[in-house]
Amino acid sequence: MNFLDLIWLIPLFPLFGAALMLVLGKRLDPQPASEVAIAPGVEPIYDEHHHEHHHDHSHSHGHAHGNDHDHGHDHDHDHGHAHSPLKTLINFICPGMVLLSFIFSAGAVWQLAQRAERVYQVVQFTWIAGLPFHMANGHLATFQADWGFLLDPLSSVMILVVTGIGFLIHVYSVGYMAHDNGYYRFFGYLNLFVFFMLMLVLANNYALLFVGWEGVGLCSYLLIGFYFHKKSAGDAGKKAFVVNRVGDAGFVLGMLLMLSVLGTVKFTEVRSALLHFKPETAGFGVLSIMAVLLFFGATGKSAQFPLYVWLPDAMEGPTPVSALIHAATMVTAGVYMVARSAALFQLTPSASTVVAVVGAFTAILAASIALVQNDIKRVLAYSTVSQLGYMFLALGVGAYWVAIFHLFTHAFFKALLFLDSGSVIHAMSGEQDMRRMGGLKDKIPITHWTMFIGSVAIAGIPGLAGFFSKDEILWQAYSSPQGSQILWFVGLATAGLTAFYMWRLMNLTFYGKSRVAPEVAAHIHESPAPMTIPLILLAVGSVFGGWLGTPKVWTLFGDSFRGFERWLAPAFASAAAEAVKEGEHSASTEWILMGLSVAVAIIGIVIARYFYHHKPEIPDSIEKAVKPLHALLYNKWYVDEIYDFLFVNGLCKGGGLLLGAFDRNVVDGGVNGAGWLTRFSASFSMWWDTWIVDGTVRFTAFFVKMLSYPACILQSGRVQTYAFFVVAGVLVMFGYYVVR
Amino acid sequence: MHPITTVHYLALSAALLLIGTIGVLTRRNIVIILMSIELILNAVNINLVAFSHAAGQVYGQIFAIFVIVDAVAEAAVGLGILIALFRNKETVLADEIDLLKW
Repeated sequence: MNFLDLIWLIPLFPLFGAALMLVLGKRLDPQPASEVAIAPGVEPIYDEHHHEHHHDHSHSHGHAHGNDHDHGHDHDHDHGHAHSPLKTLINFICPGMVLLSFIFSAGAVWQLAQRAERVYQVVQFTWIAGLPFHMANGHLATFQADWGFLLDPLSSVMILVVTGIGFLIHVYSVGYMAHDNGYYRFFGYLNLFVFFMLMLVLANNYALLFVGWEGVGLCSYLLIGFYFHKKSAGDAGKKAFVVNRVGDAGFVLGMLLMLSVLGTVKFTEVRSALLHFKPETAGFGVLSIMAVLLFFGATGKSAQFPLYVWLPDAMEGPTPVSALIHAATMVTAGVYMVARSAALFQLTPSASTVVAVVGAFTAILAASIALVQNDIKRVLAYSTVSQLGYMFLALGVGAYWVAIFHLFTHAFFKALLFLDSGSVIHAMSGEQDMRRMGGLKDKIPITHWTMFIGSVAIAGIPGLAGFFSKDEILWQAYSSPQGSQILWFVGLATAGLTAFYMWRLMNLTFYGKSRVAPEVAAHIHESPAPMTIPLILLAVGSVFGGWLGTPKVWTLFGDSFRGFERWLAPAFASAAAEAVKEGEHSASTEWILMGLSVAVAIIGIVIARYFYHHKPEIPDSIEKAVKPLHALLYNKWYVDEIYDFLFVNGLCKGGGLLLGAFDRNVVDGGVNGAGWLTRFSASFSMWWDTWIVDGTVRFTAFFVKMLSYPACILQSGRVQTYAFFVVAGVLVMFGYYVVR
Repeated sequence: MHPITTVHYLALSAALLLIGTIGVLTRRNIVIILMSIELILNAVNINLVAFSHAAGQVYGQIFAIFVIVDAVAEAAVGLGILIALFRNKETVLADEIDLLKW
């Protein structure tokens, strides 16, 4: 089978699943229309009643949203559709579609690897047919966007991540969402998301990429607001949507500028068009502006400062959504897009510096916030923002393959961590506050051990995935010509903070004394197999994923373990990249830096362990000692409040004032003006009516009356007068005869 | 002794017509106006009878009888109207009854 020719099927499978769910799902779903999705932590009212009856064989009652999947027998009454044939069908169709995509993706990538030139481009059909326009330099160009796919090393990594991790998360969702209402809706959106994400990464031009870009934004919005009856979920969805639109404006502007300057949005053509440009080594030229605008789009989608605020709130969505969309795939779209534009960024060192600085700043900002958050998912959300910052740091210093490498490993361990947190929340009946956890290690061992692996991986302990990619980023930040020691140091500090907050999370959740509420503690249980198997597979990925790109100095393993770099090399090769050869640094420097980053990670872990396990009173005393700092971090640097003040309220109030003024002056003015005009024309019309129309009629009447006046005089009403006229007439006639 | 000829009759008729016409035109009292009308009608009757006699035929005399009947009917209707009018207007003077003017 030639998978490369069937590449168009890859996005089509999930689209088919989504269409099936969203068109037919509601019709087939036997659930009563009155039931809506029940969020974790919201006790369905009707559960109480049934629990009385099933008390003897079900030991769990505080559970919410049907979290107790393995106690399904007493749910059969509550949710008649829990094991309906439809659900079984959905369970097979939706993950199955993604699995098919994964198989076809793997096949296509395998066949791509066999080819001499690892680029496969195919145009299915023309989407926007040639629109002629004048470029900035006056030349006539045609804007054409095709529905075309481009499979190259970069997009092949992305489709494997999207479909592979996506499939595991779909399987996990089967277990996690088993008792949620709106099952078909959830899977429909999830499949739709995979479709758009695949369109995003497979597109062969920016315009089609933007279609996927907006599509994943839409699915993100829909899934964040999945529990739409909860106000906070709806608000979070809207926030994500609005903040993303801000970034998208930058993307669109960048795209239009690209069209105006380069005359095309097709990746391959953009790349060849850029060959005619010289690197903008000094200051900001038009290419730098283009690059910064595109990067601004990426900050929205990939949650970088200043547009990261939506991602922590996005945790209102179901946990698998957080894992798939808000950790592993969608939020890396910005990284992918910047990497895709590598040829552009290679020409614009100043824009690249902006990317690196924003990335590093976001990384340490988010890590500092994660230090003190108590919601398990929020810690992970800020961790995601921080890790995405790392990726942009790598992009900014020109180490594109490292960014994609970190994207790849991060997809494994962050998806793993999120799914683990989902498993914990699931076990805790919807509890997300780590202050009410603790000592869960032995109660949910699989979750604990997989999460342990994930935490080690993200902390950067040698041998696990996170170490390789993160260490490479730090090394590149230090050694690359565009890097600097400041960027390296920020990255290093972030690595220490990362290790600390992950171990704080682990200690608060799994170790120490249990602080669990008794009614919750009664039914803590390990998750069912559909949830634990993806966890285990992801844990395996988190361990071995990094071995695709071992550090250069690990000569023991030879060159074969640097497969990732060699695989991606053609995607980022360009004359500009050749020009700025990696600065020469001695192997000993790299060893020292590696040792430093590992040491920092271990110190972070040890301090966290000491603080939260051995001496739990220390954090409290520190918190008391530096109260303002803690408040600052706990309240997320008050960024939300500042945005509220500046933009939400500022714009709302200012906009309200403007709108009021507009309303009073322009709208009301228009209405009043129209009224005045009507009155004026009416008065004219009245004048015309009175004097011209009526006047004519009256004048006619008057004229006739005047004419008739002599006749009136004759009509006196006296019969004798009339008789006299008769006689006189007769006499006149006789007289006439006589005289004649 | 002159024989009474048609001319005499016609002269009498003309005189009666003149008197009647002047009465109709000048007298205010409607009763007298009606009487004057009778004079005019009788002037016509004399004419008819005179010519009938002169022609040696009876058609004119028959027509005169019709006119007498007509005069009776006219007098009856006219006096009826007059009484109704008097009941409403308390007057029988023709110049005071001038409602039908513009």
